[in-house]
Amino acid sequence: MEMPAPDTDILSRKDRIVQRLQTVLPKTAVIHDDVETRAYECDALTAYKCPPLAAVLPSTTEEVAAVLKICHGEGVPVVPRGAGTSLAGGALPTADSVILGVARMNRVLEVDYDNRFIRVQSGRTNLSVTGAVEQEDFFYAPDPSSQLACAIAGNIAMNSGGAHCLKYGVTTNNLLGVTMVTMEGEILEIGGAHLDAAGYDLLGLICGSEGQLGVVTEATLRILRKPEGARPVLIGYDSNEVAGECVSDIIKAGVLPVAIEFMDRPCIRATEAFAKAGYPDCEALLIVEVEGSEAEIAEQLGVITQIARRHNPVELREAQSADEAARIWLGRKSAFGAMGNINDYMCLDGTIPVSSLPYVLKRIGEMSEEFGLDVANVFHAGDGNMHPLILFDANKPGDLETCEAFGAEILKLCVEVGGCLTGEHGVGIEKRDLMTTQFAPDDLEVQMRVKDVFDAKWLLNPAKVFPLSVSAERRGFAA
Amino acid sequence: MVLTPADEKELSEMVAAASGPLRIAGGGTRPIGRHVEGDTLSVARLSGVELYEPGALTLVVGAGTPVAEVERVLGEENQRLPFEPMDHRALLGTDGTPTIGGVVATNASGPRRIQAGACRDSLIGVRFVDGAGTRLKNGGRVMKNVTGYDLVKLMAGSHGTLGLLTEVSFKVLPAPAAQATVSLPGLSPAQAVEAMAVALGSPYEVSGAAHLPDADGGPVTVLRLEGFADSVAYRSGKLGDALKRFGAAHVETGSAEVAATWRAIRDVEAFAGTPGDVWRLSVKPSDGAEIAERTSGKVMFDWGGGLIWVLVPEGTDLRGRLGAFDGHATLVRASVETRAKLPVFQPEPEPLARLSRGLREKFDPRGILNPGLMG
Ligand SMILES: Cc1cc2nc3c(=O)[nH]c(=O)nc-3n(C[C@@H](O)[C@@H](O)[C@@H](O)COP(=O)(O)OP(=O)(O)OC[C@H]3O[C@@H](n4cnc5c(N)ncnc54)[C@H](O)[C@@H]3O)c2cc1C
Ligand SMILES: Cc1cc2nc3c(=O)[nH]c(=O)nc-3n(C[C@H](O)[C@H](O)[C@H](O)COP(=O)(O)OP(=O)(O)OC[C@H]3O[C@@H](n4cnc5c(N)ncnc54)[C@H](O)[C@@H]3O)c2cc1C
Repeated sequence: MEMPAPDTDILSRKDRIVQRLQTVLPKTAVIHDDVETRAYECDALTAYKCPPLAAVLPSTTEEVAAVLKICHGEGVPVVPRGAGTSLAGGALPTADSVILGVARMNRVLEVDYDNRFIRVQSGRTNLSVTGAVEQEDFFYAPDPSSQLACAIAGNIAMNSGGAHCLKYGVTTNNLLGVTMVTMEGEILEIGGAHLDAAGYDLLGLICGSEGQLGVVTEATLRILRKPEGARPVLIGYDSNEVAGECVSDIIKAGVLPVAIEFMDRPCIRATEAFAKAGYPDCEALLIVEVEGSEAEIAEQLGVITQIARRHNPVELREAQSADEAARIWLGRKSAFGAMGNINDYMCLDGTIPVSSLPYVLKRIGEMSEEFGLDVANVFHAGDGNMHPLILFDANKPGDLETCEAFGAEILKLCVEVGGCLTGEHGVGIEKRDLMTTQFAPDDLEVQMRVKDVFDAKWLLNPAKVFPLSVSAERRGFAA
Repeated sequence: MVLTPADEKELSEMVAAASGPLRIAGGGTRPIGRHVEGDTLSVARLSGVELYEPGALTLVVGAGTPVAEVERVLGEENQRLPFEPMDHRALLGTDGTPTIGGVVATNASGPRRIQAGACRDSLIGVRFVDGAGTRLKNGGRVMKNVTGYDLVKLMAGSHGTLGLLTEVSFKVLPAPAAQATVSLPGLSPAQAVEAMAVALGSPYEVSGAAHLPDADGGPVTVLRLEGFADSVAYRSGKLGDALKRFGAAHVETGSAEVAATWRAIRDVEAFAGTPGDVWRLSVKPSDGAEIAERTSGKVMFDWGGGLIWVLVPEGTDLRGRLGAFDGHATLVRASVETRAKLPVFQPEPEPLARLSRGLREKFDPRGILNPGLMG
């Protein structure tokens, strides 16, 4: 993946830039030596690394604004950073950029149970938002698997999802307002405790804009009362087609499970060897979870198991206790860890129309042979968001490139069947150059015009989302 | 002149060839906003279901498709639009056929907005033509999609000022097998907002929470539950228990009665055919009772107190009367003179207004799409 060459003029001004940043931030909040800046050289897409010019760790919105004013004046690109768990290289710096990390901004500002919202600084981790309200039996719904580490800032920038989004939606559906600072250092208040926008839905535009429109410093988030209970059922099938039909039939029957997860045989085997969750060795495994009171759970599971039986499952296991429920989830939750245990892996994130699932899995199997790399599939089946995990060996020359080429083919396939390149991880640098397979030039142009409105000089995270050749002219202004 | 293109291509050519302002029309049932001069461009012929996969909860339709047709198609598979768009005809005294593109252009969302989200939350893809006549798309037909900027949300509620919607895609939901209305009589607005907060903060999945201070039999607070029959019965009981301190709850389970109650709330039937201006306030729910008091008008609360419909004498400057508050006020029904005098949409603070203007200039550089409608 190519990144633009650093601007040597900026590099030569490093001392002055650092000095200016030190005038608006405490000394410990400006990191500029060659060893310490390395902590910010990559996110969770670790194949790509580059230490930034400097990293700053402001504590308040006003400090963020002061930093951005300086960077805007100096013409220095800024890469916002939450917890650095992006799988798309969204927080990858260039050598001439300043990393603006919000990790120190992790306070809860307001909790309002009557109006069901929480207001936090954006550096707060996803799980600790729920942590702040669970004593009152409330929770924050979007639950990316990285929720222990990832920050609300990154969740908003990527519009992150989670296993439970079939029922509760993704970040954008649970975000009520933000405080955001523009590249010019202007502080904006958008949305709040009331619903919907007075004018254009700027909040909806900002969510998912990958740190390219502004730096989010505070967020108002919807909190919900926890359901009385939840229970999963595990269903195994001999074929992907049949598993796909079962998912479709469950949805058509009017049940709306909170989660429908799907794993294929390579994934089942790998997780079984790692986590020993007691999964059957079959072609396709579904985990379907429903919520409610005991009676409501029983009613919904009754409908689901009846449909599942009609399709002749090789295994159908209802959790009878909390312990059994945990075991059903155990394998799914350790899928990534299991893969990491075997090999290096690349996690893809395309979405497909649920109806094309069997075809797509068959094609991925064929491509796996062509490219000579194994692939395991985990999949949010209710919403079509796939996570093919391609296994490769980072120490073997050429393997990463083969893996990337294979990944690109899978994502093109997702687009071809009517889906998209990324369902929840974002474009970043990883899918940047594939954008032209999903969008016509005019479709990309109109998106770049939106960035022109918010960041006329293209200084905020400029080398992401749009293919470098497509954004070249605009990024030229930064020089 | 009324332009009625047969397809997106012809529509884009007409926009590109336009030499003056265009008034964008769906079914013309919601002429909310300032009166726009110029030729009318109707998308009514861009009508029909392009794709419907009930098993994937996905629907793609032409923007000119009548809302009734969308509801009929979904109904055949026992599904529905989650956000419960209102029918403006009675309130605004208009006739015609409401279109799905008009719903999206106004981000129209009814009582279920508090549980299932607004129109923009169910909208997963759009095709549109910008002010230069360029044909564009964003989003798609899958419900998880973060590829590029989310212009889908931006187009929802942009009232035809950023582009003409030609095709819209939705995530739909199963229609429930049963529903019930749990009602509490006699509460003051302040008590009602408190009771609704308790209900919405319960685990019982309330899908509607409204308070009608001037109902026929006196003030009544209504809460809606939907789902499988046993579950609705269970939750009705539990909810009644949780609200005991607000008095004895009455539970209605007749499907026609429940539907009628919520249709009346959705369409603000209480204000239909009355003289006066109608405003729609979106506020922090716990501020609702106090703000309603300050309007000195007749009011109706939805969204747990967060949505207030207000009826005031013609020409009242309600924003002036209210002063600053957390939220916004939209002038939904008023005479042409009043609408020329008072901004229809809440004026945005300058940094946001500047961004909005900037967006409008990019999407409609010649300023021909519903000019002046949104500032
Ligand atoms: C301020 C305001 C508040 C509203 N609040 C609510 C609400 O709370 N709940 C609710 O249910 N409805 C609300 N509406 C609703 C509403 O106008 C529509 O829901 C709608 O269905 C109109 O259908 P129509 O085809 O008759 O539209 P029309 O009356 O023809 O058009 C309505 C508006 O949408 C534009 N428009 C229509 N079709 C398109 C298109 N294809 N592309 C671009 N723009 C188009 C028009 O220019 C016009 O501005 C509100 C509208 C406004 C203006
Ligand atoms: C093991 C693992 C599992 C994962 N599981 C999921 C999952 O289930 N679902 C899912 O959606 N994602 C998942 N992810 C991806 C990742 O966790 C999410 O994208 C997350 O939201 C990133 O948050 P972060 O705080 O780490 O952001 P970072 O990685 O720091 O940054 C991500 C993006 O946000 C921008 N950004 C950061 N802070 C700001 C700010 N203050 N203002 C503006 N922009 C900002 C950055 O510039 C960058 O573009 C997973 C990642 C890992 C490593």
